Amino acid sequence: MGDIRDMGLLLKEHPFFQDMGKAARETIAGCGRNEVFEAGRYLFHEGGAADSFYLVRHGAVAVELHVPGKDPVVLETLHSGETVGWSWLIPPYKWSLDARAVELTRVVVLDAKCLRGKMEKECALAYELYKRFVPVMAGQLLAARFRLTDVYGNPER
Amino acid sequence: MRDPMTPSLYRVDKVVRELPDTATLGLVPSGGDGPFSFRPGQFNMLYRFGMGEVPISISGDTLDRSRVVHTIRAVGSVSRALTELAPGDEVGLRGPFGSSWPVDEAAGHDVVIVTGGIGLAPLRPAIYHVLSNRGRYGRFVILYGARTPNDILFRSELESWRSRFDVDVLVTVDSAGREWGGNVGVVTRLVDRAGFDPLHTVALVCGPEVMMRFAIPALNGRGVPNGRIHVSMERNMKCAIGLCGHCQYGSYFVCKDGPVFPFARIATLFAVREA
Ligand SMILES: Cc1cc2nc3c(=O)[nH]c(=O)nc-3n(C[C@H](O)[C@H](O)[C@H](O)COP(=O)(O)OP(=O)(O)OC[C@H]3O[C@@H](n4cnc5c(N)ncnc54)[C@H](O)[C@@H]3O)c2cc1C
Ligand code: FES
Repeated sequence: MGDIRDMGLLLKEHPFFQDMGKAARETIAGCGRNEVFEAGRYLFHEGGAADSFYLVRHGAVAVELHVPGKDPVVLETLHSGETVGWSWLIPPYKWSLDARAVELTRVVVLDAKCLRGKMEKECALAYELYKRFVPVMAGQLLAARFRLTDVYGNPER
Repeated sequence: MRDPMTPSLYRVDKVVRELPDTATLGLVPSGGDGPFSFRPGQFNMLYRFGMGEVPISISGDTLDRSRVVHTIRAVGSVSRALTELAPGDEVGLRGPFGSSWPVDEAAGHDVVIVTGGIGLAPLRPAIYHVLSNRGRYGRFVILYGARTPNDILFRSELESWRSRFDVDVLVTVDSAGREWGGNVGVVTRLVDRAGFDPLHTVALVCGPEVMMRFAIPALNGRGVPNGRIHVSMERNMKCAIGLCGHCQYGSYFVCKDGPVFPFARIATLFAVREA
């Protein structure tokens, strides 16, 4: 019980869940645990089961695209106060990219299988989570479009 | 008084190859012109003989009157020819023209610079000004975005500013290899992470217009009102003195009323799509 209370406090401190009602936060806390990733360790790999997502508490995570025969391309870095991963919300629940700790990184890992089960039963909880993840997805879509225009690039390139 | 339509003769005194397509030229008068003075954000018309004339912001320090400094990126025939100049070559120069960054008005405030690509060049004189008068300002934040780590302009200067304890410099790139240990993501995301007091902030924004369209809502989202956001606009120019109408932007002429505008003045125009 003490653990869930501590996790509840961690979630409350994290910007992603800060404004969420206590009841929903406590429910989510039941699916959370702390984990530390040393620099270079992967949080997940492309194609793996997306059965979790991560709240970055300290440190930085690089989201990478694996390119066969070449070095991976870093597409985004995520920092304290941000979340990593939303493939756990969308069937078939598989990661589409790799995520690697750039430096020593402390995260809260939320067990997505556990959350998906709770969301099926509690629409209000599902709404609270979607309300937070949809803007993250929209932000990433906008950023991807921004990059597609290659705004800084040479017009002749 | 000098005729603003007649270029003065300047000699290239120094060339720094910043990036494969970008060079910084230090110019000294080769005619009878005295020391050159300007305000941060102003521009000159540079005339490459036999090719044409283009507006280029002054990227040097207002306190250094020994040279007139411009940083030019090759995008077309005239800009390319300018980047190919070598020490000893001559150019025509008219200026300085236009409005400036509100560096005096910003005193007492936090100053947040949001810029990308070549947009750092027109802001560099404002950065020098804030650094030379550091005590007059609150927090000083420089947010810079480039396409890749190899496209970062003034990299060693950004690094040296970052090593000071009184400037926050955050750099991000659109994508990178693993050897890059810095931020990857669009420049506007840095706005959310930067430490400044939105209620007492003056923001200076310069970069490609698409970048500005993203940067301004991000600043608004942090609570910086349009009245304290200043942007530098670019439009094709000919006379640079408000006569020909080439640079018309709504009811403004960018050469005379700009290039630096308080965003509140042009917010409605900014949303209008031009042909
Ligand atoms: C007030 C002001 C300040 C400026 N300051 C600087 C500066 O400090 N450094 C600098 O490098 N440039 C600066 N510019 C932009 C510069 O004037 C143009 O790049 C130049 O006029 C292009 O002329 P050109 O003959 O080389 O290319 P053009 O033949 O006119 O154009 C060639 C191609 O480049 C594209 N193009 C034209 N202008 C731009 C642009 N601004 N950005 C991206 N693509 C463009 C055109 O659409 C075309 O596809 C400034 C412009 C203004 C109005
Ligand atoms: S360039 Fe002629 S009016 Fe502005």
